Amino acid sequence: MAEAPPDAARIASEARDRVRFEEDALALSDQVFRVARHLAGSREEAEDLVQETYARAFRSWRSFQPGTNLRAWLLRILTNLNIDRGRRNQRAPQTTPLEANDYYLYDKLAESDGGATDEERVVERLSQDDIVSALSAVPHDFRDVIVLVDIGDFSYQDAAQILDIPIGTVMSRLHRGRRILKRELAESVLEDTA
Amino acid sequence: MTNYSQDPCAHCEEMMQPYLDHILTEAERVEAEHHLDECDWCRRRYRFEESLRVYVRQLVDEPMPVALKEKLAALRIPLN
Repeated sequence: MAEAPPDAARIASEARDRVRFEEDALALSDQVFRVARHLAGSREEAEDLVQETYARAFRSWRSFQPGTNLRAWLLRILTNLNIDRGRRNQRAPQTTPLEANDYYLYDKLAESDGGATDEERVVERLSQDDIVSALSAVPHDFRDVIVLVDIGDFSYQDAAQILDIPIGTVMSRLHRGRRILKRELAESVLEDTA
Repeated sequence: MTNYSQDPCAHCEEMMQPYLDHILTEAERVEAEHHLDECDWCRRRYRFEESLRVYVRQLVDEPMPVALKEKLAALRIPLN
């Protein structure tokens, strides 16, 4: 029996690799969407961004190195697209808002609660709207890092690679970004009670 | 930079986020936990910060639309 020509064997093997890559990437789509939802300004924009990301990933699958972190690779494409798109529908100001001290939010919530005793319950005064809108008010540079690390569960190292910034910058943006977020949250709670 | 002997609660505040991120050294972690064990003021704030992280993560989680999942599957490049 004649062996398949080497080209045919190569093509078949490449097709198998490609199908496996596509399946692996699709299996991560829930996690990619969760992060995209808050990197983008709106749900619609996040859906577009995820579609563009997958279209690009499927086209350039050969540049993915098997054995490395596929979720981080997809997010790298997604954050680059998000930046390339000029971040349409920008809602966040580009000037850096004031940061609060680390305990500012706790102090405001406990204060307006007349000295709460149960810290786990205090957070429940924040509504989903409060949190989503406070997050979208954090400037992009800081929000990207918060979303990747605190919502996407990426390590500092992965976040640094995805955003192509030094790890020290990830840490400082995370530190400041969390403070900005807490200040935004405190303000939304104070507005609700006003 | 502060330290526990100068101003223990200010130092604990400085260590709080790195503690929650699990990036303190073993010695720093032990020191932080020792202070949290004995200081009710900091312990309350620690419990709040920890709950806040969990809560934010839960509340921002939006399920992926089924239609989007289908659209992504349709983007696969057909085999020839």
